[in-house]
Amino acid sequence: MAIERAPAVLDRPMLDVQGLRAGYGQSEVLHGIDFAVAPGEIVVFVGRNGMGKTTLMKSLIGMVPVSAGRIELGGTDIAHLKTYQRVARGVAFVPQGRMIFPGMTVQENIETGLFVHHAPAVPSSIYELFPVLREMRSRRGGNLSGGQQQQLAIARALATDPKVLLLDEPTEGIQPSIILELARTLKRIRDERGLSIVASEQVLSFALDIADRVLVMEGGAIVHQSARADVDEDKVARYLAV
Amino acid sequence: MLMGYSFGDLGSIMAMQGFAGLILFSVFVLMALGLAVIFGQMGVINMAHGEFMILGAYVTFLTSRLFTTYLPGAFGAYFFVAVVLAFCAAGLAGMAVEWLLIRHLYRRPLDTLLATWGLSLILQQVYRSVFGAREVGVDQPEWMMGAANLSESIQIPINGLIVMALTTLIAVAVYLLIFRFGWGKQIRAVMQNRAMAGAVGIDTARVDRLTFGLGCGIAGVAGSAFTMIGSTSPTAGQLYIVDAFLVVVFGGTGSLIGTIASAFTISQARSTLEFFLSGSMAQVVVLLTVVGILMLRPQGLFVLKVRR
Repeated sequence: MAIERAPAVLDRPMLDVQGLRAGYGQSEVLHGIDFAVAPGEIVVFVGRNGMGKTTLMKSLIGMVPVSAGRIELGGTDIAHLKTYQRVARGVAFVPQGRMIFPGMTVQENIETGLFVHHAPAVPSSIYELFPVLREMRSRRGGNLSGGQQQQLAIARALATDPKVLLLDEPTEGIQPSIILELARTLKRIRDERGLSIVASEQVLSFALDIADRVLVMEGGAIVHQSARADVDEDKVARYLAV
Repeated sequence: MLMGYSFGDLGSIMAMQGFAGLILFSVFVLMALGLAVIFGQMGVINMAHGEFMILGAYVTFLTSRLFTTYLPGAFGAYFFVAVVLAFCAAGLAGMAVEWLLIRHLYRRPLDTLLATWGLSLILQQVYRSVFGAREVGVDQPEWMMGAANLSESIQIPINGLIVMALTTLIAVAVYLLIFRFGWGKQIRAVMQNRAMAGAVGIDTARVDRLTFGLGCGIAGVAGSAFTMIGSTSPTAGQLYIVDAFLVVVFGGTGSLIGTIASAFTISQARSTLEFFLSGSMAQVVVLLTVVGILMLRPQGLFVLKVRR
């Protein structure tokens, strides 16, 4: 299947994925994924359920083993490193369903991200992004609302001081007013820290709100991509229709 | 009435049996703390936990022999050296076992149970081959023998006081380690969600190994304390493993406070009842009560109240 080349010129990409194959045991889910992300770029993968978006995210962070291909971060291949080593190199992950540590306080949750670089304390910039977390820092993570847990999961990922932030379905289970705020926050994070963001999403309006580039996944492959300015919304929406 | 005892006698009996219970409680707490760390935090059912305790007891025995032979002048202090050595020996053995055996079985709890049970049999045979099948006892230094007289009818053994002080120290240290220090934060993160802990940059394999070592090390200290109240034999650990699991489950898995509270309840109930009933009847009454309470409250005495 022919893929339109990315319109953005990617001379020195932050993240460069080539021929990535991954899956569970004998069943391969990703059949050779190629894409690159420029520094400070926000790339959003859209696609229906079961098309491989979550598997892609998990194989990038190392929760699903890579069977072939390269994942280059700033020029070095990290595809065969363990998860924690990838985090040390600068990849951070906000998983589907947030997966915060329910029995630990909000502050302790954020502090779990500090060990990788032996940072002494939570940087105040994180609490400035999410003032509600500062207020609730002694509450247990499990007792926060869905939207607050999402903020906590992003704060925890930022504590590892990443170069590339991966978000898997960040809007899942979050009410619409908070989704708008989430989009603003993600763009603010990109602008302030200059990091690259790779997200997977089913809500097209949210994807178009934050993305610099939209990639469509189907059957474990990228079937369409275009820069935000050139996105043919009807065409992308057809891919998402069930 | 009162089986021929006066109220004053009964008070003394309760106090002294209560204290005997406190020594048993100390060994229970140390055993159960190690298990609470391994089973409660890691979800590994370690059937060889009693053998790690016995390893600590044999290390204590060897240390006492070494002091008698080479340093008789310092014999009075050998127990404290033995505790440190027992912790290190059992802890290192635990880390080796985690590396060789347990880490391959984290997703297979039943296999872990069988593998550690096999390990316990192997260790028992190793002890039998090295130290002989007969029980060994340690000589206690003069100053640890004897008893403190609190009143005319209440006497309290000094070695019991030392064991209790040691237990308190270890319990406080474990609490601080898990809830106040960075390493404890890593342990809790790994135990709550292993995959996600890796994704925030924690080396989960290393944390698992150290946690398992810590639990086994505490069992080794329990072994040191055990030499004060019983004699060491290759199979002595078997007698304690069931009780220790009972304590952990009754207290609520994952809760250290619950573990301590349940160790206290079970050992006190048993020790006090043992004076009036036979030992096995006391055991039966305690077990039935625990089973009854667990049927009403399957999650144990103490649980964290959070959304999962």
